[in-house]
Amino acid sequence: MKTQNKTIEKVTSQDYQYGFVTDIEQDTIPPGLNEDVIRLISNKKDEPDWLINWRLKAYKNWLKMNEPDWAKVDYPEIDYQSISYYSAPKDKSDGPKSLDEVDPELVKTYEKLGIPLEEQKMLAGVAVDAIFDSVSVATTFKEDLKKAGVIFCPFSEAVQDHPDLVKKYLGSVVPYTDNYFAALNSAVFSDGSFIYIPKGVRCPMELSTYFRINAMNTGQFERTLIVADEGSHVSYLEGCTAPMRDENQLHAAVVELVAHKDAEIKYSTVQNWYPGNPETGKGGVYNFVTKRGICAGSNSKISWTQVETGSAITWKYPSCILKGDGSVGEFYSVAVANNFQQADTGTKMIHSGKNTRSTIISKGISAGKGQNTYRGQVKIMKNAENARNYSQCDSILIGDQCSAHTFPYIDVRNPSAQMEHEASTSTIGEDQLFYCNQRGISTEDAVSLIVNGFCKEVFRELPMEFAVEAQKLMEVTLEGSVG
Amino acid sequence: MLEIKDLHVKVKDKDILKGINLTVHPGELHAIMGRNGSGKSTLANAIAGQDSYEITSGDILFNGTSIVAESPEERALAGIFMSFQYPVIIPGVNNTYFLKAALNAKRKHQGKTELDAVEFLKLIREKLAVVEMDEKYLHRAVNDGFSGGEKKQNEILQMLTLEPALAILDETDSGLDIDALKIVAAGINNYRRDDRAIVIITHYQRILKYLEADYVHVLINGKIAKTGGENLAEQLEDKGYSWLDN
Ligand SMILES: Nc1ncnc2c1ncn2[C@@H]1O[C@H](COP(=O)(O)OP(=O)(O)OP(=O)(O)O)[C@@H](O)[C@H]1O
Ligand SMILES: [Mg+2]
Repeated sequence: MKTQNKTIEKVTSQDYQYGFVTDIEQDTIPPGLNEDVIRLISNKKDEPDWLINWRLKAYKNWLKMNEPDWAKVDYPEIDYQSISYYSAPKDKSDGPKSLDEVDPELVKTYEKLGIPLEEQKMLAGVAVDAIFDSVSVATTFKEDLKKAGVIFCPFSEAVQDHPDLVKKYLGSVVPYTDNYFAALNSAVFSDGSFIYIPKGVRCPMELSTYFRINAMNTGQFERTLIVADEGSHVSYLEGCTAPMRDENQLHAAVVELVAHKDAEIKYSTVQNWYPGNPETGKGGVYNFVTKRGICAGSNSKISWTQVETGSAITWKYPSCILKGDGSVGEFYSVAVANNFQQADTGTKMIHSGKNTRSTIISKGISAGKGQNTYRGQVKIMKNAENARNYSQCDSILIGDQCSAHTFPYIDVRNPSAQMEHEASTSTIGEDQLFYCNQRGISTEDAVSLIVNGFCKEVFRELPMEFAVEAQKLMEVTLEGSVG
Repeated sequence: MLEIKDLHVKVKDKDILKGINLTVHPGELHAIMGRNGSGKSTLANAIAGQDSYEITSGDILFNGTSIVAESPEERALAGIFMSFQYPVIIPGVNNTYFLKAALNAKRKHQGKTELDAVEFLKLIREKLAVVEMDEKYLHRAVNDGFSGGEKKQNEILQMLTLEPALAILDETDSGLDIDALKIVAAGINNYRRDDRAIVIITHYQRILKYLEADYVHVLINGKIAKTGGENLAEQLEDKGYSWLDN
């Protein structure tokens, strides 16, 4: 038994394999936040007045708000004045047209991560809008998309080229009054992705963005907006992994999705921010994300799939507002809390349209001293006739020092609703590991076998190449938690 | 093949095995009998390397080398298989996938190429036929929701697939109906070869009717109190164990 625990500890206490820092010169604003900083960010991007004003309103709102404290996470107070709110790679003057024009340091970084752009390009037509820190530095497959009429560009570019669309939808799903971190993001967001799929268009490829934090002391405030017009379809992939560093890093992104009538948006995330020093928990990323989608039109569908393996703290509740009649919301999640990680994540499904359906599949994995919390809300509004929800929340514990918590909130205001909820907690027991060992399967492989089995309902929702990446990340992570 | 020398094993500060001596040659089938709690499973687990069973003295040799310092998977890869008295449930892990991982771990260890899905399926279908198991069991999670008898059949299926040199079967015949008992016995006989050895732990003489044991040992108070042939099992069936106490 002791030996087994040691094995688990050994496996769970492996160093973060993707920890390294590239030394690209950064163009960084000194730490601190005030109206001048916001104007400076806005000016750097040459933004129109309406946007500057929107940012400033968000900032004023933020000043009046309090940091939320209801989540089951514990961290030292964040000094928002010690954070630098803008950083961009220096040589981005004209933007590269091909990989040859991209800083070789950056390309090397991606190669270390096993996701070289070269390969990406060859792979099944994935358009890559690579975000390095705050500014997009490489965009591929733009031409194909253009032909289909799809707009896929850095947010800052969309502000210049498609101001009407941005103005119409920015803050329409997550207003800056929504919560503390969304307000902060609205004030200082640096860049992100903008996607517009016109009526009736099926986006010809999976769209993906790889995020990466690399500048010391720089908060990351990404802003993503995806609009799927009537009858359109898009699948978007977001993934990231961050370098080893000492300072805590704040990441407060906002993602807004709008699905019109008969449209479908599939949003997949593999998140692997630096989780902190495995022995002390020091230095990990704080990930406070607001993700929300609205099924605005009838028979529209939004599907969130997330694999959260990183971050010291994850605070994230991708949600769906099911407004259109017959619309569908889905949430598939795998969240890992290993070593000192704390994850408080889940979803909200708000049914306001008739015959709306939602599915929630949440898989929480706790290992080491990790703390994993599922927090979900299903709300059936008064007029939502015949709404249906199915929720399944499973937790698995590896070792005896971790914990799992489940907080499902259900608020039903229409008696025709059909609600189903299932929950389970299991452990990877010594007996299971021994059984696998006795069949010649190593402890590490056994953990990975069991965890992958546990996660498979979620993994199978991921696009193919992402599923592979997710499993790989899971193995790396679980070499320290899935023994 | 297997040589156990004056083996003492402790579980949670309690001495369970107090000097076991046992030698098993290739081709032999040994049956071990004894009262509940006499230490039979302890012996099996000590051979397999379950680390809550602490070897305080003595030695276990497999093909001439001591294995007591080896990990359970090293022993398994070297060719030791244990059919569990209580097979473990692994929820979410597909039975086929599990078996394939186990077989490929072994093939890799032996320097052979790993089997792909198609080759594996072909092999596993042959083995399924031997234990008369339906293919649907392949698609279920390992032992999850299996009946007691089905779990035991699944253990035999694993043994047939992994083809170990030494199989230790801990009460694989317990809880089986008459037909299942025959099937399991057929599986064991199918596995049996001159270069393989079997140690079967059992409470009942009935399985031995199908198996032709070379030796029957009786474990009492942490020691092998008596060794005989198949007729010893018959005697035990009649008289119980008390006549061996002293
Ligand atoms: N993990 C354990 N913790 C505490 N005691 C144990 C443990 N494993 C075995 N024992 C004890 O060791 C003794 C021998 O157990 P063992 O399982 O070897 O018996 P057995 O001969 O296989 O019995 P049965 O015929 O009932 O299967 C028993 O008294 C049992 O309670
Ligand atoms: Mg026993």
